[in-house]
Amino acid sequence: MSGLLTLRGMSRESLEALLDSAQDLVSGSLPEGGIHGGATVTTVFFEPSTRTRLSFEKAAHHLGAHVMSFGVGPSSTAKGESFKDTILTLAAMGTDVFVIRHWLADAAELAATWSERPVVNAGVGRREHPTQTLIDALTMRQRFGRLDGLRMAIVGDVSNSRVARGHLAALPTLGVEMTLVGPTPFLLDSDTWGVRTVTDLDAELGDIDVVYLLRIQRERGSSADIPSNQGYARRYGMNQERLSMLKPTSVVMHPGPINRGLEIDDVSADGDRSMILEQVANGVPVRMAVLSRALEGPR
Amino acid sequence: MIVIRNARVLRSSGVEQSTVVIEGDTVLAVGDEPPANGARVVDAGGAWLGPGLVDLHVHFREPGQTWKEDMESGGRAAAAGGFTAALAMPNTEPPIDGGERAKAAMERSQAIGMLDLRVAGCLTRGRAGTEMADFDAMYEAGVRVFSDDGDAVPEAGLLRRIMAYLIDLPGAVVAEHPEDRSLAGNGHLHQGSVAARHGIESLPALAEDVIVARDLEIARVTGVSLHVQHVSTSNAVELIRRARERGVPVTAEVTPHHLALDESALEGLDPNLKMYPPLRGADDRAALVEALRGGLIDAVATDHAPHTVAEKAVPFEEAPRGVIGLETAAAVASAALGHDQALFYDRLSAAPSRIAGLDRQGIAVEPGSPANLMLFDPGARWIPKSFASKSENSAFTGVELTGKVMATIYEGRISYEGGLG
Repeated sequence: MSGLLTLRGMSRESLEALLDSAQDLVSGSLPEGGIHGGATVTTVFFEPSTRTRLSFEKAAHHLGAHVMSFGVGPSSTAKGESFKDTILTLAAMGTDVFVIRHWLADAAELAATWSERPVVNAGVGRREHPTQTLIDALTMRQRFGRLDGLRMAIVGDVSNSRVARGHLAALPTLGVEMTLVGPTPFLLDSDTWGVRTVTDLDAELGDIDVVYLLRIQRERGSSADIPSNQGYARRYGMNQERLSMLKPTSVVMHPGPINRGLEIDDVSADGDRSMILEQVANGVPVRMAVLSRALEGPR
Repeated sequence: MIVIRNARVLRSSGVEQSTVVIEGDTVLAVGDEPPANGARVVDAGGAWLGPGLVDLHVHFREPGQTWKEDMESGGRAAAAGGFTAALAMPNTEPPIDGGERAKAAMERSQAIGMLDLRVAGCLTRGRAGTEMADFDAMYEAGVRVFSDDGDAVPEAGLLRRIMAYLIDLPGAVVAEHPEDRSLAGNGHLHQGSVAARHGIESLPALAEDVIVARDLEIARVTGVSLHVQHVSTSNAVELIRRARERGVPVTAEVTPHHLALDESALEGLDPNLKMYPPLRGADDRAALVEALRGGLIDAVATDHAPHTVAEKAVPFEEAPRGVIGLETAAAVASAALGHDQALFYDRLSAAPSRIAGLDRQGIAVEPGSPANLMLFDPGARWIPKSFASKSENSAFTGVELTGKVMATIYEGRISYEGGLG
């Protein structure tokens, strides 16, 4: 019975095992642990999310589990109930596994401590979004047949991105060579993270296998760090001209939702180098694999 | 009469193994004196005896938030920490921004009688940062230090007008909480590697440094004494050093937790290690220790900021800022000062007493000195577990410390003796 709080510190073998079980599900086999009839998966989303939440809930249904769904809208948090009380209440209602999305960095760990239930991190703060990282790793592995030695450039507001931090926590372990690209205020300290950072996207394009675009996150203050979105799009937006600078085998990825015309144009989003829909399709099997692992063992 | 034998006594000429006799509120004699009948005799076992400690920075939460702390529990915590005087910050509810409130707070503590508690008065009316507080009434009530602690005065123009006015009130000190709001933003911990890894909004050193630089210039131009509260960055230390070389009237304090800990302690995001200023980098910490030893930073001040267990038992980003410090300060500061008795009593008693303008504190032990004293065993090891404070948000719970307060004497009466074996 183990949740998924973080990928940081996980061994290459454990990460690959998770990817392998997700790949088995893609290929149509049932999860290793079988069906978990009668189990209850509770999704607790303190931030708006459509795709992540739906994909977790669909994954739970495929596993035969019941789904309880708690969101900030109709909840009693508006009445002042604390996060802790919300978790304890939902645990007492019979939650077997929590799936948690929160703006607080330590929300998933705290929920696990308070509830003594397995918790799956569905994106916390700016810290990590581990299932997105697994989805992207699986998508790349399907496309290239390997992860070792792949060159990936994460382009955009890395400093405000939980996805980028999650990728940095696990993809290097899987052998991916990472570079962060963006205007300096968007980047992380290269020494702290042990990662290459550059400001010139065009100089990188001929050299990389995966261009991974991040959304300009207006709600997390991205826009306050740059003078204009149009200026950003000119320097870093993916477009036809930049597509033509890529190697023939290279692909474009994006965790969604995309801002068309800002970090990505229509040709890049919808063309045959785009892996965006493949990423979305891998969401359910990856989350099934993670939930199945969390539901295994005695309850 | 109290007789303390076998103590290492801090006298004006230096440290001396001796016996100290206390009668009423005064030190009667230093040297071998036969105890009078009925005297309380204490064997110090070679521990340090010196003036009671003086804390330039406490929050006693009264009035307004007495579930966290009040004058009584705060007084007990101070006595347990070896303190005989403290300066309470005025960010209470309501804030202490006028003469009546200042007088009421000091009288309330006086009635309890655990220590000489003074209050700092607000720099701005209602701590709102827009107009000057009523300095004359507060000064008349005995207030000498003014601070909007919790916030810096937001505008340079207002601070300049404040200082231009205070130059006419002898002994008045402007104590600033150096934090530029626009740079600090909604930060929760130091802008360093720990915050970066967790992706938590952080506070750059720059937020402190720009206010220190600004305030030093205004102090230089106006000539009013500036006291920089809880210095935490190596760059602020450097700015203070340069200003002092130019003759700017500036003093500074540092907290025990900034002397002992750095941001690496925050890897586990313990809300009991969340405070402002945040624990900084290892280089900052080293610079603070060096500056305190060398005297560039004058005093250790705890920034004792109580919050209840329930208030701190929340996610890190939602936890209130602040740690308690009175009961562990002596041990933590003594370790940072290399357990040097003369330095210890200067930085924790004489210097803060001078800055606050106290006349019966921080005085070496001589016949005729006020009987405000504390007995400290610098070699005793102990682990803080529970506190006299109403709150338990200590950065040192469960951590082994070296140096323990044995007893505290306030105006000739024993206010704490829990450390006397």
